[in-house]
Amino acid sequence: MTASTIQLQTHRPRSRATSKARGGAGPATYFVALVLVGLLLVPVVYIILGGFRTNSQITTDPAGLPSPWKVSNYVDVLANGTFWREVANSTVVALVTSAAVVGAGLMVSFVLARYSFRGRGALYALFAAGLMFPVTVAITPLYIVVRDLGLVNHLAGVILPQIGFALPTTIIILVPFLRAIPEEIEEAASIDGAGKLGFFFRMVLPLSLPGVITTGILVFVGSWNSYLLPLFILNDEGSFTLPLGVQAFSSQYSTDTAKVLAFTSLSMLPALIFFSLFERRIVGGLQGAVKG
Amino acid sequence: MSDSPVNPLAVKNSQDDRSVVGAGSTPAPAPAALPRRRGVGWRTRFEIAVLSGPAVLMFVGFVIFPVFLAAYYGFFRWKGYGKPTDFVGLNNYKIILTDPEFHAALGHNLFIVVASLVLQGPIAIGLALLLNRPMRGRSLIRVLIFVPYVISEVIVGTGFSLMLATNGAANGFLDKVGLGSLAHDWLSDPDIAIWTLMAIISWKYIGFAVILFMAALQNIPDELFEAAAIDGASYWQIQRSITLPLLGPTLRIWAFLSIIGSLQLFDLVYIVWGQYVAGTAGVSTMATYMVQYGRTAGNFGYGSAVAVVLFVISLTIALVYQRFVLRRDTAGALTDKAAR
Repeated sequence: MTASTIQLQTHRPRSRATSKARGGAGPATYFVALVLVGLLLVPVVYIILGGFRTNSQITTDPAGLPSPWKVSNYVDVLANGTFWREVANSTVVALVTSAAVVGAGLMVSFVLARYSFRGRGALYALFAAGLMFPVTVAITPLYIVVRDLGLVNHLAGVILPQIGFALPTTIIILVPFLRAIPEEIEEAASIDGAGKLGFFFRMVLPLSLPGVITTGILVFVGSWNSYLLPLFILNDEGSFTLPLGVQAFSSQYSTDTAKVLAFTSLSMLPALIFFSLFERRIVGGLQGAVKG
Repeated sequence: MSDSPVNPLAVKNSQDDRSVVGAGSTPAPAPAALPRRRGVGWRTRFEIAVLSGPAVLMFVGFVIFPVFLAAYYGFFRWKGYGKPTDFVGLNNYKIILTDPEFHAALGHNLFIVVASLVLQGPIAIGLALLLNRPMRGRSLIRVLIFVPYVISEVIVGTGFSLMLATNGAANGFLDKVGLGSLAHDWLSDPDIAIWTLMAIISWKYIGFAVILFMAALQNIPDELFEAAAIDGASYWQIQRSITLPLLGPTLRIWAFLSIIGSLQLFDLVYIVWGQYVAGTAGVSTMATYMVQYGRTAGNFGYGSAVAVVLFVISLTIALVYQRFVLRRDTAGALTDKAAR
């Protein structure tokens, strides 16, 4: 299902001979890139700019620019307690989920990568098969399980299943990472008197930090954006996460398009900021994960 | 998570750890050094249990167990309260498999699977090759191309449904540039809706494919390009004979992820088309069908049965794909390295 080799460092200086193979960048390249960026950004820009318009502007000229610019929509949303409560809910869910997934995932990945025991293949296959169980398939009975635990309308009712569903990807990214730590380091650690667990805490944790950060971010963004599970579990407005909030807001204010756009653009900001801060990590981690 | 004070205890593990660990769980240990093995084996087992316990518990409890529950509930007519008692055997499955609405949903899913591969694959490869060229602002483009992937489906759905509405910005723009005749009911016209959906899906997920392919391109050793360049190969010859074949494994894994994602598609359709319009606009999927007739209608037994059908279809396609397409890539990854 996934490759298990990984290079911890793949950057090497590029020699001049390869510029022919990689190709140069003529005006055509820049033009295509520009068109591409435009296409990618138009919907995002539409949402952000729309928030600065009034409803009458939007009705009379749906594809126009704001004139004059109005900040009142954004101010209204930011002054709205609902928005901040939903931000807080989403933050709690995403932080707890990522911390738990990274912790539990790192430990079991260490077992899968550095211990040899009977049933290891089966354990790995169990988690790998988990990639085939997206939350969609299990959602109906999952709702029953969460309800029987008394966690409907509680954030824990979203967090606990999310941990389970985020583990397979995390493990599949981390196992090759941990396996790539050279045997010699483990031997050196054990000569110095560290056991397997000492090796784990003193060597593996620091060495696997890049992989840990990558998976942590992926889990965080996944949780921040997740919709189906909260849709089933959280029915009470007070427990809504941002995606549910966006949807509730857009049906509640369906006639106030400008305000919906302002709410929507504010709610995509956190994920965007978070992502642009850690972009290198995410891309680097994916390189390791799906290296054919 | 595990802050048990194990460091000082673990001192005795020696460097022939691996063989010792193996012996701990096998009944017949190798002849040498018998006396020490037992204790180490037990401690190792304990470590394995403690380290893998939380993950296994969460995974089995919230992923595997509900899937089996779905299989069980699928045999009942059940509204979700009390214990399921109204056993109906395979009746739910009979209804699903003969329901034209489900057939339509399945058809849409299969269309989306194929169209995603055909549309996104070539475009993503082209973009990856393009962005692999040394150029100004490349890292900025790499960030921007990933932006749609990071934005949640709900936001994408909300934005697009406003933009593509009959009196929305898309038609407004066409009017402005004098192409008003091209304006359509992008969302509600059943002839167009599924293509609109494909456009939204491609917009949202192509960045992921491009990033994967770019990563793979950068992992191709420069020596290969140098050798080819010395032999006088042109840019396109190099791409065709070196880059594309070496991109193969990544391409096949991406296709796998794309297929699974297409079969499970829910969020975008549900947000843009709402729960009832999806069917009439011709964009319903198996998952929206499941939610509509399961949870929303309060038929938890029936919804579970739909989940089982959805799962069996996905699993079958995944296994066939792995058997015939992914085999050469994973030979070794799953069987050798993990199982050994």
